[in-house]
Amino acid sequence: MKVRFRFAKQGKVRFTSHRDVARMWERAFRRVQLPVSYSAGFSPRPKVSFGLALPTGAESVAEYLDVDLTEAVVIDGLAATLTAAMPVGVDVLAAGELEAGSGSLQQEVTSCTWSIDVGGLDLGQARARAAGVVAAAELVVTRERKGSPVTDDIRPAILSLAEPQPGSSGIRIDCELATQPRGLRPSELVEALGGGLLTAFRHAQWIERDGARWEPIPLPATDATHEKDATHDRSGPGLDRAHRDTRTPATGGAVDHPAVDHPAATVGSASFS
Amino acid sequence: MVHMTLWPRIEPLLAKVQKPARYIGCEDGARVAPPGPGRVGWLLVYPDTYEIGLPNQGLQILYEILNERDDARAERAYAPWSDLEAELRAARVPLFSVDTHRPAGEFDLIAFNLSAELVYTNVVNCIDLAGVPVRAADRGPEHPLVAAGGHCTYNPEPLADFVDLFVIGDGEEVVAEITEVVGEWKASGRTPGSRQAVLRELSKVVGVYVPSMYDVEYDGPALRAITPRHPDVPARVEKRTVADLAEWPYPKRQLVPLTEVVHDRLNVEVFRGCTRGCRFCQAGMITRPVRERPAEQVRTMVSEGLKRTGYDEVSLTSLSTADFSGIEGVVAGVINDPVNCGQVSLSLPSLRVDAFTVGIASQIQQVRRTGLTFAPEGGTWRIRQVINKLIREEDLYEAVESAFSQGWRRVKLYFLAGVPTEQDVDTLGIATLARACAEIGRRHTKSPQVTASVGGFVPKPHTPFQWFGQNTVAELTRKINLLRDDLRRERGVTLRWHDPKATLAEGIASRGDRRIGRVIEDVWRAGGTFQEWSEQFDIGRWEAAMARHGLSIDWYVHRHRTEDEVLPWDHISAGLHKDFLWDDWQAALRESGVPDCRWTPCYDCGVCTGYGIEHVVASAVPPAGGSQGTGQDLTTGGRVPVALLPTRAGVAS
Ligand code: SF4
Repeated sequence: MKVRFRFAKQGKVRFTSHRDVARMWERAFRRVQLPVSYSAGFSPRPKVSFGLALPTGAESVAEYLDVDLTEAVVIDGLAATLTAAMPVGVDVLAAGELEAGSGSLQQEVTSCTWSIDVGGLDLGQARARAAGVVAAAELVVTRERKGSPVTDDIRPAILSLAEPQPGSSGIRIDCELATQPRGLRPSELVEALGGGLLTAFRHAQWIERDGARWEPIPLPATDATHEKDATHDRSGPGLDRAHRDTRTPATGGAVDHPAVDHPAATVGSASFS
Repeated sequence: MVHMTLWPRIEPLLAKVQKPARYIGCEDGARVAPPGPGRVGWLLVYPDTYEIGLPNQGLQILYEILNERDDARAERAYAPWSDLEAELRAARVPLFSVDTHRPAGEFDLIAFNLSAELVYTNVVNCIDLAGVPVRAADRGPEHPLVAAGGHCTYNPEPLADFVDLFVIGDGEEVVAEITEVVGEWKASGRTPGSRQAVLRELSKVVGVYVPSMYDVEYDGPALRAITPRHPDVPARVEKRTVADLAEWPYPKRQLVPLTEVVHDRLNVEVFRGCTRGCRFCQAGMITRPVRERPAEQVRTMVSEGLKRTGYDEVSLTSLSTADFSGIEGVVAGVINDPVNCGQVSLSLPSLRVDAFTVGIASQIQQVRRTGLTFAPEGGTWRIRQVINKLIREEDLYEAVESAFSQGWRRVKLYFLAGVPTEQDVDTLGIATLARACAEIGRRHTKSPQVTASVGGFVPKPHTPFQWFGQNTVAELTRKINLLRDDLRRERGVTLRWHDPKATLAEGIASRGDRRIGRVIEDVWRAGGTFQEWSEQFDIGRWEAAMARHGLSIDWYVHRHRTEDEVLPWDHISAGLHKDFLWDDWQAALRESGVPDCRWTPCYDCGVCTGYGIEHVVASAVPPAGGSQGTGQDLTTGGRVPVALLPTRAGVAS
């Protein structure tokens, strides 16, 4: 049986890397004793595949992974059980059985919706540059790919770019960026705009099937957010997760999910009180 | 005092540094009591990177014990790497706890764990980053007390200018007594002048050393005396020892970090102390006697720990885990536990050198049979008698034979260079042993890998070698070159060595007196933090600082001490009679070994008799097939058994 999970990564844990997140999942699977398939060989690895790596420092409510299980399990309640086994800030939002023969996340996902906070620009500059990018037929930049500089037209990868807005920190830009055939990272878009990336937030990943656009797992009406008490150290102005999650991106019109109420993710400093 | 988190100011800085996950905390198992006037706040600091500091068991144990109390709370901090340090200083953000990101200066105590001397400059840096005057004498009642514990505190003098109080020995019990004294100080409102009073009170707690309560007199370069300034301050500070480990099943909630660290696995301490009596080993000398954890408790800690953490690896820790009485039962228990379903691997650090030990290792390393590490320490039987590491050639070759025949491909051997009485034949013996091990390996595998790792010997306080003059950089370099030349054409052996210059810096700090504090401060002011990281280390800073203060490296490091000399740590007691140490030093020079007092009669080193404690060891007999002297015929120590005699390539075996 193959199961796909959707999860969020928010708050302090955003500073962990993709590899760190992979290890958190492995430990969580063992803690809840999920019958995960292991590869054969000298050092057996669990058969798990992640979608597109989220850059270290970015937050998201649309991360995915697929897991091979050795036997069928009940999906109901699994997301909540796993959330309890994950660090504060990683919330398993949904789980679903994957049909045999489904494509991998890496193959299927074609674009992502982002909110990006940009520094180093004032609102007027940001708006003018964004308008320039939208109007341009092509946008040739030199960027690093696997350690060497490559010259590319990145314009086709910018599927939508909303007018920059004043944000809680810096300028907020909502956009949808392609992941195929040539993907574009938020940091690369920000560089093309001449600003500095403060933070990025991934709202959705999209796959195309039968001419329509879908999320690999749509966000359910209720979710399995951490129960852990984390009200103690609110992160302060500008970092209020609950507020941030309710934003509807101005682009990627198909985003149509209920607001998710995540508590600010901080260590459980209040857990004794 | 306002209790507020610095997180909003730290968060934007983390976007600019390497490995930001070092600074976020959020580990599974991290739980801290809330701050409040009724609780003494401890900030436990490991003065090295998060990756190295997080797994430290001593710090984790105290963290839990303090947070369980209703009059204390504890958080953790680690030395920020240089990139974050620069950001913090530019943004005027102080050192912070990773738990709730509170400023270090807001705690009542900032307590450092000292596991290695080369972190001393980091200690000073962390005090400075905390916004606290680096010199203890410049602090007022508004500043936290600066404390330090860990093995290095057995010679506290080099840090005496910077640290208000040192804790000598096991911390489990004494932190409660310190909390009570500091709690009263806190309740009294920390009035002007009260800092002296609280330190005076603390100096009366057994196991606590307050350097400002002692006068130091010199006689030229020599030390004449270190004496208490008040009649109620003890002339000699005795170490603390937890008599029964069974009462302290900590950590109960080992921290599981979110990012990669060293020893990233469950760690369960199976015993504390070691009486093998290796003469170079400070850890063995200062942690006597042996106190085993009951096997049943080990089993529970392993199975509950694995379940709680989700780790797939557990390490049974101690100074020599194969010596644990219950080792075979515990190993079998972990392997056969159906919950672990063969997915859990077990590691035994500090393996003894013998085939029996490899047998245990082969039971447990079913999944990942990658490498085994042994520490014969000396290249010849003669030198191993000098250092009292009584491993016969036979034991080593049998262990290596057994490892390669059971599927291992890599064997790592640890050696010391620069030990007392060492001749070139002893140094070259390292190459001979390594080459023979590779030869044995070739009978079982096409390309065996033997790594010989050579560290320069630094004589440590409270050991029989504390009187020995350390080898110079030139001498250690010459010895390494001897080995390099000798092993140049041996493909199966990789030689690794420590930088002799770092060994010199460690030597300055290890046996230094209070005057070395100025050197540490100078090296720190010159930018010398993270001295155990080769890219940050520069011996020039140490040499310049020594010269500036008119201190002779030769006098501090390379000189042999005499029996009547006052040593800078004579007022600190690990329970060992100085006579015992001197006699053992003389025995070393006579190449005479000492058996393990766990299974043979006590020779009164002073610890058990002095403190009214004794070994807690379940087995009355030494482990079957165990090496290192006890119950062995040692007359054959240097002889190589014919069946195992390595043959030169090309000569038939
Ligand atoms: S006092 Fe005796 S039994 Fe105790 S550690 Fe010393 S030599 Fe061993």
